Amino acid sequence: MKRTYADLHLCPDLANAEQVLRMVNKASKLGYRLVAITVPPNFAETNVKGLLNVCKEAKMDLATRVDLKPRTPEELLKALRRFRREFEIVAVTCESKDVARQAAKDRRVDLLDFSPFDFRRRFFDLAEAELASNGLACLEIDMKPLLMLEGPSRIRLLSSLRRETAIARKFGVPVVMSSGASDERLMRRPQELAALANLFDLGQKAALDAVSGNPMLIMKRNREKLSPRFVAPGIRVVRRGKDC
Amino acid sequence: MLKRAKRRYLALEIGCEEPIDSGELMDAVWNAVMKLYGEYGASRAGLSMIDYDAERRFLVIRTAHTAVEMVRTALASITRIGNKPVAIHVLAVSGTIKALYKKIKP
Repeated sequence: MKRTYADLHLCPDLANAEQVLRMVNKASKLGYRLVAITVPPNFAETNVKGLLNVCKEAKMDLATRVDLKPRTPEELLKALRRFRREFEIVAVTCESKDVARQAAKDRRVDLLDFSPFDFRRRFFDLAEAELASNGLACLEIDMKPLLMLEGPSRIRLLSSLRRETAIARKFGVPVVMSSGASDERLMRRPQELAALANLFDLGQKAALDAVSGNPMLIMKRNREKLSPRFVAPGIRVVRRGKDC
Repeated sequence: MLKRAKRRYLALEIGCEEPIDSGELMDAVWNAVMKLYGEYGASRAGLSMIDYDAERRFLVIRTAHTAVEMVRTALASITRIGNKPVAIHVLAVSGTIKALYKKIKP
């Protein structure tokens, strides 16, 4: 079956409409069918509609994404209560171990992000993976740092990614690969992202799942949850009326 | 008996607004392979340039069939050539030049 590809992390400058348009068109040309654009939590609904129109013109599906950077678990819970129903994708950048643990076990979190520059702050270890495997969070790997870094810092990042993907595989935590691109030059085809995953020993099939199956699954699950017909997992309103 | 070396041809699209000459381009490809896989890896890739159309920003290279994934990874890792920001995308891979041109024919 033909795969549908998704890039869940595009970070264009939202003030620059031309750049947004260029990046969405490029994503379409590269073979993606869905892109998630990171927007600030207080982003106005009219602006989201503008983004939707841009994507519609490029025949792309748009998902809104928010990146949370809480300093404490309490801050994370507060932000999740406030923003979960407003965005289709919620990613948490884990800057402390407590936040990472809370994010991994919370079923409202979709993606776990870790610092690509400081390997001491990459908290995706066995305990984190076990918590994530019981929740719904996926490990997100951005390709931008892999492209931008050079020398020892890239070597260290590759080594961390190799260890983390092995742990994720062991515990059945899905991996999602995204471009993290802020510029169209940093965007790559899905097959090229999968090829880059060779560098940290993620197999071909797992790498392709990380750019197609896993992100699409997150989107399907979240759209179902955000739909007004959703009641609980597996239960949804089929019809409303007096005779029901 | 020594096995016949199988080759693969890759059609590449060069994403760059400024002109780049073929020498610079191939140097960048070689450097990317060497950076990621070292001299041993680069020696197994058997890279060579077949065709370059500077106007259409279109390049065809040849590599050993065992090194296609390695070359694909190295190409994806190229972000600049000199001071010019660049992205190289693989359009098609084929076993013969004829089939390659057939694949990418608009």
